[in-house]
This record gives sequence, C-alpha cells and structure tokens, in this order.
Amino acid sequence: MKKDIILAGVGGQGILTIATIIGDAAANADISLKQAEVHGMSQRGGDVQSNLRLSTETIYSDLIKQGEADLIISMEPMEALRYVPFLSEQGWVVTSSHPFKNIPNYPDDEALMNELNSLPNIKSLPIEDVAKDNNIPKCANIVLLGMAAKHLEIISSEQLRESIARVFAAKGENVVNMNLMAFDAGLNAVK
Amino acid sequence: MTDIRLLLGDEAIALGAIDAGISGVYAYPGTPSTEITEFIQANAPEVRSRWCTNEKTAMEAALGMSYAGKRALVCMKHVGMNVAADAFVNSAITGVNGGLVVLAADDPSMHSSQNEQDSRFYGKFAMIPILEPSSQQEAYDMMAYAFSLSEALKLPVLMRVVTRLAHSRAGVKAAAKAQQNALNPDNERTHWVLLPGNARRQYASLVAKQPQLEESSVSSPFNALKASENKAPLGIVACGIAYNYAMENNPSQLGIPVLKISQYPIPQVSIREFAEKCDSILVAEDGQPLAEEQLKSILGANYNLKGRLTGDLPRMGELTPDYVGEALGIKVKQAHAAAQNVMPRPPALCQGCGHRDVYDALNKVAAEYADARIFGDIGCYTLGALPPFRAIDSCVDMGASITMAKGAADAGVFPAIAVIGDSTFTHSGMTGLLDAINDKSNITVMISDNLTTAMTGGQDSAGTNKFEAICLGLGVEPEHVRVVVPLPKNMEEITRIIREEIEYNGVSVIIPRRECIQTLNRKLRKKRAQEQ
Repeated sequence: MKKDIILAGVGGQGILTIATIIGDAAANADISLKQAEVHGMSQRGGDVQSNLRLSTETIYSDLIKQGEADLIISMEPMEALRYVPFLSEQGWVVTSSHPFKNIPNYPDDEALMNELNSLPNIKSLPIEDVAKDNNIPKCANIVLLGMAAKHLEIISSEQLRESIARVFAAKGENVVNMNLMAFDAGLNAVK
Repeated sequence: MTDIRLLLGDEAIALGAIDAGISGVYAYPGTPSTEITEFIQANAPEVRSRWCTNEKTAMEAALGMSYAGKRALVCMKHVGMNVAADAFVNSAITGVNGGLVVLAADDPSMHSSQNEQDSRFYGKFAMIPILEPSSQQEAYDMMAYAFSLSEALKLPVLMRVVTRLAHSRAGVKAAAKAQQNALNPDNERTHWVLLPGNARRQYASLVAKQPQLEESSVSSPFNALKASENKAPLGIVACGIAYNYAMENNPSQLGIPVLKISQYPIPQVSIREFAEKCDSILVAEDGQPLAEEQLKSILGANYNLKGRLTGDLPRMGELTPDYVGEALGIKVKQAHAAAQNVMPRPPALCQGCGHRDVYDALNKVAAEYADARIFGDIGCYTLGALPPFRAIDSCVDMGASITMAKGAADAGVFPAIAVIGDSTFTHSGMTGLLDAINDKSNITVMISDNLTTAMTGGQDSAGTNKFEAICLGLGVEPEHVRVVVPLPKNMEEITRIIREEIEYNGVSVIIPRRECIQTLNRKLRKKRAQEQ
C-alpha cells in the first residue's frame, strides 16, 4: 500500500508541522517515508509545498509523479488548485476554504471555489473559523489534519493522535490538549 | 519504534560526519547546505563548528585541521565552491593528512540560487574522487567511507548533493561512532609548501594517483549494476539522485538494465561493459551533462547515447521522475488539467522588516536623480527587486554590489549606490570597499544590518557589532560613516542622510541597523515560553 500526499500552503501556515506529525506516525508504524521539504527563499510569504510519500514498500523518488498523488492537503484554496495536475483520478483534495491574499492579482473568490468544487473528491472548510469557534485559533493546521485523517488510510486516527501528543509534548500538556481538540474538531466536521 | 531516525539529507550527512569522528566542520550558510552545520552545532558539542566568514576561509581552516591530522568537513552551496575554489583546487595538490571531505550542495532549477552550476565539474577539475548519494541512508553511509577514502588516497574527497536530497527526509539507520583522530601534524613540508618545484612533484603524484581513483570507482560499494544477461535495446546510466527517478519508473519490469553511478571518476571499465549489453543508453543525471559528455568520449560518436544534450531529457532544470519516464517512453499521467484560477505567489520581504524601510527611503531619494543606479546583493534584500519596491538594478554574486557600484561610478554613473547585507559584507564586501576607498570612487554604500544571516534562517553574522570599526579601519572618513534605524518614523532623517552622502564626492557608508523581525520574534517566543 502507498499514499502519496502533497502538502500545500503559504510560508508560515504550518504545513511542515502536519508533515512532522504524519512522519512521526509513519516512523512508529514502520512505514517507509520520504518527504521533500521547502526551505530558503520560498518561505518568505511565497507558496510552499511538500511531497510526502508513505509506503509499505521501498520508496525511490523523493518527488511524486504527475497524476499519482492520492491526496492534496492544503492550508489555502488557491494553493490546493496549484497542484491539481499531480492529483490522481480518484485522489482527494482536503483544503481550507479561506483565501490568503498577499498578492494583488488573487483570483475571484467565487470562480476559485467553483473550480475547486468541480473536482470529484473535495472537502473544504474555513478551518480558521473552526479553530476560533473551538477557542484554539492557533491550531487551524491540525484541524486540517483531522479533516484529512480518514483519507490517510495507511495510518489510523489513533496513531495520529499519539503522534500529536509526542510532537507537541515539549510544549506542555496544554498545547497537546489543544491540538488533540483541533484534530477531533476536524475529524468530526467532515464525518 | 525502531532505531531508524527520520532525517533530512543534510542531517544524515551531518550525523554521518559526526559518527565518522570529525573534529571540525567549517561552513558559511547557504541553501541547501545550511542544515548540515546547524545539526552538528546542535548535536555534537565536541566538534568545532562556529560559522565562518566565507567559503574560502572555511575551506582553508578545514585544510589546516586536516594538516594537523584530524578529520574535517567543509560545507557550502554550489556557488560557494566558486569562492572556495582557490583553496579547494590547491588542496588536491597538497593532499591531506587527516581525512578532508568537501560537501557541495547544488541547486538545480535554482530554487534559491542565481545559477545551477554542477559541482561535479569542480571535482573533476581538481582530479579528486567525487561521491554522489542517491538516498539519505547512502548520504549517511558515505561519510565514513569518504573520510576513509580521503585518508587512504591522501586526497580531499568531494561529496555532491542536490536540493532534493538535502531537503528531503527519510529513515536513516546509524552505525557505530568512530573516535576522533589524535593530533598529528604533517612533517612533510614539501607536500605543503607549494613552491613551483614542490608543486610540480605534488601535481605529478596527483596525476599518478588517477588510475587508483578509477579502480576505487569500479569497485565502489555505491556503484551498482542491475543488468540482465541478454542484450537490451536500452539501458540507463543513473547518477546520484537520478537513480531514484529511474527506479520510480520500474525499469526491471520494462527490461531496462540500470548502472548506478555514485562514485567518480566515471568507471570507464564499467561503462564499456554496460554499453556492450545495451544498444543504447539514457544518461540520467541531475545537473549539467557531465556524465553524458564523458560517456560520449568513452563510447565514441557512433554509440546511441541519450540525455540532456540530445534533448531526450530537458537541457536545464531539476530532473523529475516524469522527465525520466518520458525519456523511457512512459506518458505523463494527466487525470486533471492544470487549474485556471491559480496565480504565482512570489516570496516577499516580511512585514515589519527593516529592509523595507531602507528601500522606501532609497526609492524616495533615487527618484530625485535622473540616472540613479542601485546595485543589489545576495540575501533577503534581493527581494527588493520585486514589487512593490522594484528598487535594485543588479544582483550577481556575494559582494558584487560594492564593486559593481565602484566600476559603474568610475565609468560616470551618478549616483551609484550599493545595498549589501551585514553578513554578505563580511563575506565578500570588505575587500571591494577597500578598492573603492583607495581609488576615491564616488559611491554610497548601504550596509543593511539586521544582525544576522537572515536568508538562510538566522545564523550568526561574522561582523555583528564591528561594522563601524571595519569601515573606519579600511579608511572611510569618520563623518561619512552614518548609522540610522530603519523605521517609518525615521524616514525624514534617513532620506536626508542618504541625500547628504550621495552629494559627498567619495566613499560613504550608511548603516541602517535593526534586528531581523524573524530572529526577534523567535527570541520573544522563547522568552515567553521560559516565563510560562
């Protein structure tokens, strides 16, 4: 079994934290992983993406081939659309619906959402609002992870919860609990 | 939980070097190589690891440690090899005592660079062994191998990686940790004093070692053949990370044999044997067509060779599994067409960054002159080229802002203004400033000092707290060394000072100084966390 995932967003939105949690879960489940990260100039408010590959077999390439990604997880709707050529026919897109507009020529909101919603398998939510409603405004990225959890398949939600606890452990029990709450909020929002 | 750790390629190299018993790592930050030194700094207090002023000082310090008998690693991005080249090429002439490994991280597709030069050419030029890992595990394993090889051949070893390996994470299993070498300075002065008489002998010895280098490549555990017994219509010679892109396309299912090359010089014997079993060969390499050119000369013009030179793979840019697939006749899948509602989202200077105020002020003053030219440099502030600032007219290489402004001013450009960051100034700007001072060139230099090497993530900057003293020491007139705080509320003062210094006929230096907003926020977060 394999799961090829593209994580997308804008620099500073926390996609690498999502990658770290999934990576921790994969390592603990003895699943092979390759994760190409973005560093350097691209982080200054520009688009960022990470290719995350999970498999029970040997993984060769650090990069996913076009048309073969099983899942796009995006912190931003336009960034989700950017990687659609990599999505497989039955692949899922799980994305925030809240645009991050730091460019003057950002597309029309309605046209953007229409194009997203024309994809066969899509889940989108205003994750920042979900996080705020639950009093955990800083955990929007983990809400998104919760929304995507069912589609990860190769890793269970329980394994992801354990990894959230491990990854945030150094920041204290309070932070761990807020992020677990965010994960469940995302999970339940798309049931 | 197993004993497998998830490590970036850079971290795997760092751990490999620590476990190989290095005594020092010498480096200047540069994407995608920075995380190697950072990992060693964070995990190996026994290893000397302070950031160097530039790649040349790093290379020379590493050579000095090797001279003293200990193992040293030197790390840089590909363009850093240009800065270190004098020391690098001559380290092959002196040879080494303790193991010396030079790590060059190349950036095909120029994700964060101004060119995509291929460091393997430097290794070939210096006539030393080159290692090119295909995976994070191999990157780890190669470090111990590289140091042993360096000590066995008495030569430096170049290890070349690309962005995609440096910044990709995978499981790595570590081996036992070796002891550091004891202090044992070399007594062979004839090896180290490169007077022509000695240098000729040393060079002859380097030339004489070449067959040994090739034998090492032929028997290398990192070069491997996956061949069939029957003759195949097509084979792949896959170098470094390109091996992964070849394997991703299931060559064995297609009956395509693969020769993996991860150690150079190119093993000619292996290439000839492989070519006898294939009617044609695709050369897959991430970077410039170094192997392809060599295979052409080994196999002759009549052999059917495919690669970047023949157009079977793109001539430039990062290799991908899709490009290799297409060259093998596999169509790229397109389940969904590219979306319509997508716009480029270029990076920008952070909100609240002092460089923003510097460019606001410069743009205001430059607009008052018909022919003002602003020469930029390498760092976050290169983003001043993009909207909304569009402030700089050039950005070429580390330090070039000052020297290009000097040359342009000498030719008659007025005002000629240089914008350079604090770390770039100490890296390669100081010497050019001395030229301008000695020649009384009419330039205005802005050293935009944010107290850190910000572009690469906030490493220590070599000149912090020393810039006024450096400029005065080099000979800038004291009344023309001006310090300002780049904040919107000081705009009037800053623009006035820029005007005054432009009007001064000679070298003036303005130092806008305010801490990088990223390092400042990091410190505040850390402080808050400690208080809680």
